[in-house]
Amino acid sequence: MSTPDSNRHFSILDQMPIAEAPNASLGSDRTIAVKLKVNETEHELQLEPCVTLLDTLREYLGLTGTKKGCDHGQCGACTVLVEGERVVSCLSLAAAHQGEEITTIEGLAKDNKLHPMQSAFIKHDGFQCGYCTPGQIMSAVGLIAEGQAQTDGEIKELMSGNICRCGAYLGILSAIKEVKEVTA
Amino acid sequence: MVTEMTSTQDRTNIQAKTGKNIDRVDGRLKVTGEACYSAEFPLEGIAHGYIIQSTIAKGTIEAIDTSQAEQLPGVLAILTHQNAPKLNSLKSKNFGGGYPGENFLPLQDNQVHFDGQHIGIVVAETYEQARLAASLIEINYDEAEPMFDLEQALEQSERYDPGERLQPSWGDIEGGLQQAAVTIEETYTTPLEHHNPMETSATTAEWHDDELTVYDSTQWVMGTRGMIARGLGLPEEKVRVISHFVGGGFGCKGFFWTHPLLAAIAARKVNRPVRLMLTRQQMFSSCGHRPRTVQKITLGADNEGKLTAIRHHTDTETSFVGDHAEPCGNITKMLYACPNMEIKHQIARTNTGTPTPMRGPGETSGTYALEAALDELAVKAGIDPMEFRIINHADRHPQSDKPWSSKHLIECYQRAADAFGWQNRDPRPGSMREGDDLIGWGMATATYPGYRFPTAAKAQILANGKVIVSSATHDLGTGTYTIMTQIAADTLGLPIERVKFELGDSKLPIASVSGGSSTAASVSPAVRSACEAACFKLIEMAIADNESPLHDYQAEEITTEAGRIFVKESPEIGETYEAVLQRHNLPLVEAEISPQDKGSRYKSIAARTKPGIVEDEGGSDEFAIHSFGAHFVEVRINPRRNQVKVSRVVGAFDVGRILNQKTARSQIYGGTIFGIGMALMEETLLDPHSGRVIIHNLADYHVPIQADIPEMETIFVEYPDYHLNPLGARGIGEIATAGIAAAVVNAIYHATGKRVRDLPITPDKLL
Repeated sequence: MSTPDSNRHFSILDQMPIAEAPNASLGSDRTIAVKLKVNETEHELQLEPCVTLLDTLREYLGLTGTKKGCDHGQCGACTVLVEGERVVSCLSLAAAHQGEEITTIEGLAKDNKLHPMQSAFIKHDGFQCGYCTPGQIMSAVGLIAEGQAQTDGEIKELMSGNICRCGAYLGILSAIKEVKEVTA
Repeated sequence: MVTEMTSTQDRTNIQAKTGKNIDRVDGRLKVTGEACYSAEFPLEGIAHGYIIQSTIAKGTIEAIDTSQAEQLPGVLAILTHQNAPKLNSLKSKNFGGGYPGENFLPLQDNQVHFDGQHIGIVVAETYEQARLAASLIEINYDEAEPMFDLEQALEQSERYDPGERLQPSWGDIEGGLQQAAVTIEETYTTPLEHHNPMETSATTAEWHDDELTVYDSTQWVMGTRGMIARGLGLPEEKVRVISHFVGGGFGCKGFFWTHPLLAAIAARKVNRPVRLMLTRQQMFSSCGHRPRTVQKITLGADNEGKLTAIRHHTDTETSFVGDHAEPCGNITKMLYACPNMEIKHQIARTNTGTPTPMRGPGETSGTYALEAALDELAVKAGIDPMEFRIINHADRHPQSDKPWSSKHLIECYQRAADAFGWQNRDPRPGSMREGDDLIGWGMATATYPGYRFPTAAKAQILANGKVIVSSATHDLGTGTYTIMTQIAADTLGLPIERVKFELGDSKLPIASVSGGSSTAASVSPAVRSACEAACFKLIEMAIADNESPLHDYQAEEITTEAGRIFVKESPEIGETYEAVLQRHNLPLVEAEISPQDKGSRYKSIAARTKPGIVEDEGGSDEFAIHSFGAHFVEVRINPRRNQVKVSRVVGAFDVGRILNQKTARSQIYGGTIFGIGMALMEETLLDPHSGRVIIHNLADYHVPIQADIPEMETIFVEYPDYHLNPLGARGIGEIATAGIAAAVVNAIYHATGKRVRDLPITPDKLL
């Protein structure tokens, strides 16, 4: 068992003087140019081809509103709209979206005014920890735009790609129904 | 310092906001993506970490070849036991009311104790480079035979002794069984389960010379600070832990694991901030789980249905590097009146990661078994299951004989049963149908202790009219930001918009772990007292000030409302907070409430899972303090598919005063859904040959999704519990998860006539 000698006091400061830190290493030379239009702003990036759209948004563009919950397309937290359609951005390479128009949660509110779906999520308490929320909201906005989901059962089925471990599903359903009625 | 003058009794407005349906004050940040979680702080020059994990469950690392990985572009450092710094043991150290999740420190030797153990970390310029490099590291092991089968481990492995605390008994159990007219003896099992919060655990570490800032997804900033400082050999004041938003925890972020230390060491090594976000796969072996349990329950009841004997034996597990006891019998000894009781826990060490509390540790697994067994006994005795529970109601705490601080369980049964329509139930299994569907109705009791831990808070009344209140507590989605803002606003009679509550920073006044459903009950009174103390300072200033209209009045004559201090009898004589501050040329007035020394009255969360610390009941010296509730569940089962659909849930809960109807209801819904997952789908499997975790993603570990969610109704029987705190609130985060699995299981029996005693009840078990 890893129980160092309890009589000794080890200090990380003595063992790891900062002066010995390695020099920054060069980045990869295998990058390609990727052009994306995110929330109506054009971005030109040099990325390794393996970088997902999700990591591009979070790590290269600082748009951390899009969440990483599983990185395998199993939870829906990373849902964004690509050319208006719902996409799980963790299963999508940035390089595959050259020139395409992407909408993230940061792009929903206009002029500081919340999108009706955002307001409805607050009103109906459609979240607790908030981590799945951007994905839920993007999925809900996409769902309504697609003209799908006429009944509660259909909304529930079509929102089942977005996991909420806190279990805010009832509020999520109420929020979607309300926005759907208003926009119908 | 705080006088009676400003206490609640004098207030007309204290209920103005507290208790109401107030929208979450952090809602806007969460729906716009602006809420900043621990892996999202934008720091200059950040590098990325990726954990290297063991691929065996037991053995010795013979060699690690990092040469290929080191040559990759972008790789900055690779740390393993061969080059990591020595760390200081956290074992048996109490970090302000709690303990580490395990005794294990990373990278200190070449021993492997479980599959997925953290055995190294790669740091690179980008996440992709770090991940690729980690995959290229070659490790040779001398593999040993792991111990992971629970039954085998109970026979052959080392035991962990949780102490007498978990082995209570009274009366004469055999005598009680002999008196019984009906008895049952059955074994119930629960599988290994994972918390799976949507945000994986993440740490971002940044050094400034010899000072360390850690952004960590934790339910316990003060403990995390203490443990990082101790592990690294730093003074506590050199470490700051920040956790403004936590993307769900459910217990797996409540204690301390290796990744914050690894991030800190890695950041030191490369002299840059390091972001370490565990992957979903890594979450299945990095931060605890609910351990497997095998619970044998023996019950006896007399002709009138009164329990004559309860025996509850739990076999469960912990790891070789940490001591966790899943206390399944803790609720059994307090839930029903019974003269003869025998509770036992046996805990074997297995080569798994260390288990940790998961939403209702003990309460959830234990109520499942007890409440399913009670249903079996009620059926055998020919008594309605709800009636059976009322017959055996515990009017006082059965073990300590203390009175309850506030218990309204019978009202919970009756109100939930009425709302559900329980009186229309035909008790015969399989008797209720709709079309092809078999319909089953089941019920169970829920309970959870009422905990309150020592907490400090600070209130600042600013000259611009705003108020800032703070405490080093947390909001895991539980609503802390919102309810504390409501309480502060009500205490000072201000609109919500003028109050800001700050949390999740170890620089703030001390608060304990947000676990054990303790946060609302612990932080609320501190927040209110701090606001009252700050306001009282203003009153003193005004009284002493001959320019104030309140000059020379007595403090007892003055009260506050709507941001004014004024004479109670003549409200027109008074002035605003701002007026006092501006006249004195002060930017603010502030007051801090320290955690009061309550001795053993406020129990440590660690006490329930650690031996010999303090007694393990929520409660005080005079009262037993528990929350109660009743779940009523309807299931629909298509007999051709054997798939169980929970279609309706009604619950009534006695949880003290509700601080915010909206967030409280969400907590109950969420806890209930968590328990439905336990009943029907959640299970982490170990490979039967290697002991490796073979379920480690959200496609294979099923949690409830939108399509699974039933109609739900929650009733609060609101009786404030002033024995726990002056606001009368008890915690609410875990109680709904207790009991719900049994209610589902009992409904399945009612629908099908089949008793399945092994969770989860997947369709194959109903064949």
